[in-house]
Amino acid sequence: MQKEVIISGFGGQGVLFGGQVLAYAAMDTGKQVTWIPSYGPEMRGGTANCTVVIADHEIGSPLVKNPPLVIALNLPSFDKYEPLMQAGGTLIVNQSMVDRAAQREDIHVLMIPCNEIAEEIGDKKLMNMVAVGALLSALHEVTLKDIEKALGNHLPVRHKHLLPKNYEALARGYGYAQREWDKVPA
Amino acid sequence: MAIENLVYERPEAFTDTPTHYCPGCTHGVAHHLIAEVLQEMNIVEKTIGVAPVGCSVFAYNYFDTDFVEAPHGRAPAMATGIKRVMPDRIVFTYQGDGDLASIGMGEIVHAAARGENLTVIFINNANFGMTGGQMAPTTLPGMKTTSSVNGRDVETQGYPIKVAEMLSTLDGVGYCVRRSLHDPKNIRLAKKAIRTAFETQARGLGFSLVELLSSCPTNWGMTPVNSLKFVEEHMIPAYPLGDYKVSEAIKQIKV
Amino acid sequence: MPKELWKGNEAIAEAAVRAGLEAYFGYPITPQTEVLEYLSRRMPELGRTFVQAESELGAINMVYGAACTGVRVMSSSSSPGVSLMMEGISYIAGTEVPAVLVNVMRGGPGLGNIAPAQGDYNQAVHGGGHGDYQPIVLAPASVQEAIDLTVLSFDLAEKYRAICMLILDGPVGQMMEPAEMPEMKPIQRANWDWATDGKMGKRERRVLSSIYLDPIEEEKMNLRLLHRWRAIQENEVRYKEYFLDDAEIVVIGFGTAGRVALSAVREARAEGIKVGLLRPITVSPFPHKIIDELAGRVGAFLVTEMNSGQMLEDVRLSVRNRVPVEFYGRMGGVVPFPDEILNEIKRMTASKLSVDANPRDAWLDRMARI
Repeated sequence: MQKEVIISGFGGQGVLFGGQVLAYAAMDTGKQVTWIPSYGPEMRGGTANCTVVIADHEIGSPLVKNPPLVIALNLPSFDKYEPLMQAGGTLIVNQSMVDRAAQREDIHVLMIPCNEIAEEIGDKKLMNMVAVGALLSALHEVTLKDIEKALGNHLPVRHKHLLPKNYEALARGYGYAQREWDKVPA
Repeated sequence: MAIENLVYERPEAFTDTPTHYCPGCTHGVAHHLIAEVLQEMNIVEKTIGVAPVGCSVFAYNYFDTDFVEAPHGRAPAMATGIKRVMPDRIVFTYQGDGDLASIGMGEIVHAAARGENLTVIFINNANFGMTGGQMAPTTLPGMKTTSSVNGRDVETQGYPIKVAEMLSTLDGVGYCVRRSLHDPKNIRLAKKAIRTAFETQARGLGFSLVELLSSCPTNWGMTPVNSLKFVEEHMIPAYPLGDYKVSEAIKQIKV
Repeated sequence: MPKELWKGNEAIAEAAVRAGLEAYFGYPITPQTEVLEYLSRRMPELGRTFVQAESELGAINMVYGAACTGVRVMSSSSSPGVSLMMEGISYIAGTEVPAVLVNVMRGGPGLGNIAPAQGDYNQAVHGGGHGDYQPIVLAPASVQEAIDLTVLSFDLAEKYRAICMLILDGPVGQMMEPAEMPEMKPIQRANWDWATDGKMGKRERRVLSSIYLDPIEEEKMNLRLLHRWRAIQENEVRYKEYFLDDAEIVVIGFGTAGRVALSAVREARAEGIKVGLLRPITVSPFPHKIIDELAGRVGAFLVTEMNSGQMLEDVRLSVRNRVPVEFYGRMGGVVPFPDEILNEIKRMTASKLSVDANPRDAWLDRMARI
């Protein structure tokens, strides 16, 4: 088993942390995992992204050219990764930040209003967790429970009071995505 | 039988090694003063010296202390490395003007700025001695060297660097003075300054530097006596002797 | 110890601390700055020495000074900074004191960029500084390996009184992976018979220097280094093998290029191609013996690097034209994807290869078509 995920968005959208949460969950459940950020001038202002590879064997390349799973938190990320996606893959798009529909028909595209859902929960910053929750609907090797446990295990003590809202964001994203899947004709 | 009075002996802090310095050169005097001070302070056993590149590259042959030999100009960095992991040892560098004021300017300024608890003995003889008398940052305007054959032209070759004055502006410096080795009175004053510099370090009072105006009869093309006169008549006006920085705590030290 | 998610650069810093690092001297440069930042917090909290030097020149000479006292000391930098350190590295080698240096390599030459590259291979394995010496060079490909090799590097540096350098490409420094840290080792100052740590009334004075004015004496020192190097070659070669048992083609790559090759080799295996991977962990000493053995039983080699074929020359030295050696490299900070290496493997199975072709020239011609 090997799954590759790219999470991409503006700096400040919690892109890197979203990937780390996935990596922690994979590690805690005994899987091999790599997390690698884009680093360099790209970090300043432009798109930030990270790649997470989860496997049950020694991981080779920590980078992936044609990812099967992508979270695009903004329009530039949507534009960048839609054409690169592996056919049959799943693209989670933060609908709140894009103004166009998907162009490819050979991938699954789930439009999730991450910002709105996060605002309903009462913390705009949780939009990354909404997106990660939505991603889990297509990444069956990591469960919602695994992610919740990982957050509990690894969030610094000073942030522990944020756990309930993080859990809510993950669950809301997951639920929204499940309903989107239900709309897909079998 | 005539009674012989012992008027001079090799300090115990010296090894029994014949000097390699040229006749009339004041490096030997500077070495001697340091050895006497180490002995008087009873710190020979815990001293680690850092030798430079230049005429005094072989300084490590003369002192009966542990010694390391630094790359050109890097003695203050090496000394920093030693002193930081061995804070209870006495660490000093001995550097000439090519080493300290030219290639090693970065290292000396930052060691001083960090207030490294080191002692630096800086020999200013206005030229690169070991390589045969080229222009140094300290060469006087108009002074002839093998790389300023018509005399140092400040328009194209820049102005002398006044190290003691410059370093005295840094907050990390505790003690920074200039002395001269051209006559017995000044040699006594130089020894007192060297003692104060090592006392500064022994008491953890910050960076200490003694700049010593020195002669270089061989490369200056002068007799030893004339070269001492040159120090007095030409070097001192350009590099005034004095205390450029003595912190309040150091002023209390009686040597 | 349980596994934690560690970033490569920080893992190296913590591993060094646990191996008994007493002093770190460094200067900021991307992509290794996390080592410096981490230690700026960690070392003072343990009462150990951290100094941000004025330059890499300053840093390496502080390392040199501290190394002369016999304590465990290190610095870290990235390509341009390591070039500046070369003076000190040569002196450290010539003085025969142990020191550890980490180079998180970036694209070059010159200022280059801060993307991942392996262009410093030649500089590292051939010493880089002036004079006759060879450093031990380790090339971790994962965070766990970076931790283990950091610990090992202090032991090797001390055992052979030599420079031990870790070369990483950006991904290994920037990547997070689950990894296990060693136990914290208490600082125990060894009583070296060479260290200049002050006589303290116990012994004759010592001098540490790299000067041997008498050529005969310098040659003796050169010979001493060489004998030591021979022992290093005999005892310290490390590499990792993947699918070599029935391999007809063997890919050789170190660091990230080796990892990327592993993905390609797995994909090729899935397609029924008998291909294996050899990943050198010590690139100096180089694993010549295993490659020599492999050359006697496999059909061809593919060397893959994130440079223009620097390790390629070492592989060719071991293969000695017995079977074809092909090359695939990316440079300038470009990390190859597995499909590029897979394509090379497939090309090799589909075409007639010659031992006479110059692998770098052939690769350059193929690159021109990209």
